[in-house]
Amino acid sequence: MGRYVIRRLLQFVPTVLGTMFLLHYLTSVGIQFSANPVRALFGERAPSEQLLQNVAERVGLGDPCLERKGDPCLGLFADRLEGIFLHFDFGVNLRMRPVTELMADALPYTLRLVLIAIVFEGVVGIIAGVLAALRNGGFVDYLVKTSTVAVIAVPSFVLGFVIREFVGVRFGNVLRGSGLPDWVATGLFSPGFKPDYPWATLVIPGMVLGAVSLAATARLTRTSLLENIRSDYVRTAKAKGLGQKRVIGVHALRNSLIPVVTFLGVDLGNLMGGAVITETIFNVPGLGRLVVGAARSGEATVVIGVVTFLVLVYMLASLLVDLLYAVLDPRIRYE
Amino acid sequence: MSDIGAARAEVSQVPTTTGGMPEAEAPEQRERSASLWADARRQLMRSPVFLIASGYILIVISMALLPFLWTRKDPRACDVVFARQGPSAEHWFGTSIVGCDYYAHAIYGARTSLIIAVCATAGVTLLGGVLGMVAGFYGGWVDTIISRVIDIFLALPFLLGAIVFLTVIKIRNVLTVTIVIVVLAWPVIARIMRGSVLASKHLDYVQAAKALGATNTRLMFKHIMPNAVAPVVVYATILLGTFVAAEATLTFLGVGLQAPAVTWGVMITQHEALFLQHPGLLLFPAGLLFGTVLSFILMGDALRDALDPRLR
Repeated sequence: MGRYVIRRLLQFVPTVLGTMFLLHYLTSVGIQFSANPVRALFGERAPSEQLLQNVAERVGLGDPCLERKGDPCLGLFADRLEGIFLHFDFGVNLRMRPVTELMADALPYTLRLVLIAIVFEGVVGIIAGVLAALRNGGFVDYLVKTSTVAVIAVPSFVLGFVIREFVGVRFGNVLRGSGLPDWVATGLFSPGFKPDYPWATLVIPGMVLGAVSLAATARLTRTSLLENIRSDYVRTAKAKGLGQKRVIGVHALRNSLIPVVTFLGVDLGNLMGGAVITETIFNVPGLGRLVVGAARSGEATVVIGVVTFLVLVYMLASLLVDLLYAVLDPRIRYE
Repeated sequence: MSDIGAARAEVSQVPTTTGGMPEAEAPEQRERSASLWADARRQLMRSPVFLIASGYILIVISMALLPFLWTRKDPRACDVVFARQGPSAEHWFGTSIVGCDYYAHAIYGARTSLIIAVCATAGVTLLGGVLGMVAGFYGGWVDTIISRVIDIFLALPFLLGAIVFLTVIKIRNVLTVTIVIVVLAWPVIARIMRGSVLASKHLDYVQAAKALGATNTRLMFKHIMPNAVAPVVVYATILLGTFVAAEATLTFLGVGLQAPAVTWGVMITQHEALFLQHPGLLLFPAGLLFGTVLSFILMGDALRDALDPRLR
């Protein structure tokens, strides 16, 4: 396993550099073929060239290579890498606030949201998957099968709207008239984030975020468990006279959960990205809303900084999952 | 794996009805030794899910190609006086916030959504298919380089990459949205194609063709491709649906197409705030969108079942 870990780590470095370069190149080409995003700051007014140049210089978009179409801007790339990996500097927004500061404010909300989503998805998904596998062809099985397709087919922002309006507004209004405790009526069933209830108001957005991969988790658990139920060691356990609960819960499930755990790990990264939609709908002041807000107002430097950070998190999560997989599954030996 | 083994044993007992390899060049005896695709077609024609889904898609395609068959009204002839009316005989889906006929809007919206999905899928399949084929066929350092590039692209989540690029470029039209989708989505197809080519390049009939002196291009396109393309076709069908939804999502996030454009995504985004008073304004375009995405996914699933000889 030691060799596998070392090989995986060595592969990780060029992939990170490559992805950083891809991100850098896409944005540079974008800037080269349209105008410098700094112009957006001035709106309709036409600033003098000198002023424009000064502002661009200060937010890190003043490099002359951004004028030459197709130039890969290697100098700028080296500067950015140095900033990110040596000084933890993800650029500044157009008002000169460091993006790291903006992210530090937003990160706790996104982490909470992702945590709720992953717990929801893991617990409900695994339970549904086990039930579906035990009653192969039964109601739960059918439900899991159809909902996997349906959930992909409904764009998650439509799902978010409908749940916000029906659960947060309609159902919430009914509750707010009754004598329920405040944290349920105005917290849990709130149509948007409220700073007074930092956890309760995130429960429903978290569930909406987790719903996208919930069906996939359930399906994966089902397939994996079905495969193991038929294996020899489960038959042996049954032949020894162990009860159904012990055979499924201890013997079969432990092995079946290996792919599920790794899926949840990879999904952690996906959820950080998916939070973009959920946070916009439920008005959660996290990283996702930061990105969308900046994208809508044209603050390119913020978008580039935050997305770079999220991509790094996503890659790190995938790396950890791969290493975890090697630890969990003794059959895996990459030699 | 035991079930697959059992299925294989079952297949081998049935005499010669399933030729695992496509014999694309000799389809003379239709009934007995049909090609993979002819078998698949016969099975698909018997699948009600596939027929319903493709019927729905045909309807949506006819909306996109010939919208005037479906409505006489101009989607851009709007009158604010008639804004936000409910469904009536005059306006089947009611009117939008600026008083346009919503039914006409929904019909004309199909075109932009489908153009983006079809062009992006074509681009992705072409780019990913060729690169995957080259990587799988030549192997060695070519494969190493292409596989690393695939890894690098896959490390960039689709939504985040699209937001960055569309924010920077600021010009958001059908072309830029399509390009962004193609650039970010080709690696998955390339990976599928590569695996599929690797699986079929050592088969006996390919070796035979090689021994007869077939050139590399001929080997790739005449011999390997017909056998390796099935999983790509399945995935591309599903991608069509995914891209219809992706266009709407990008529009919702404010980096897709903008208001004067008529698409389902724009319609949903413009009317989300009015959902409780006028649920139809959100539900009509969302329903059409849902139906389209669902149909493509179901078609892809049915195709996968029909093209996999082990499942017969």
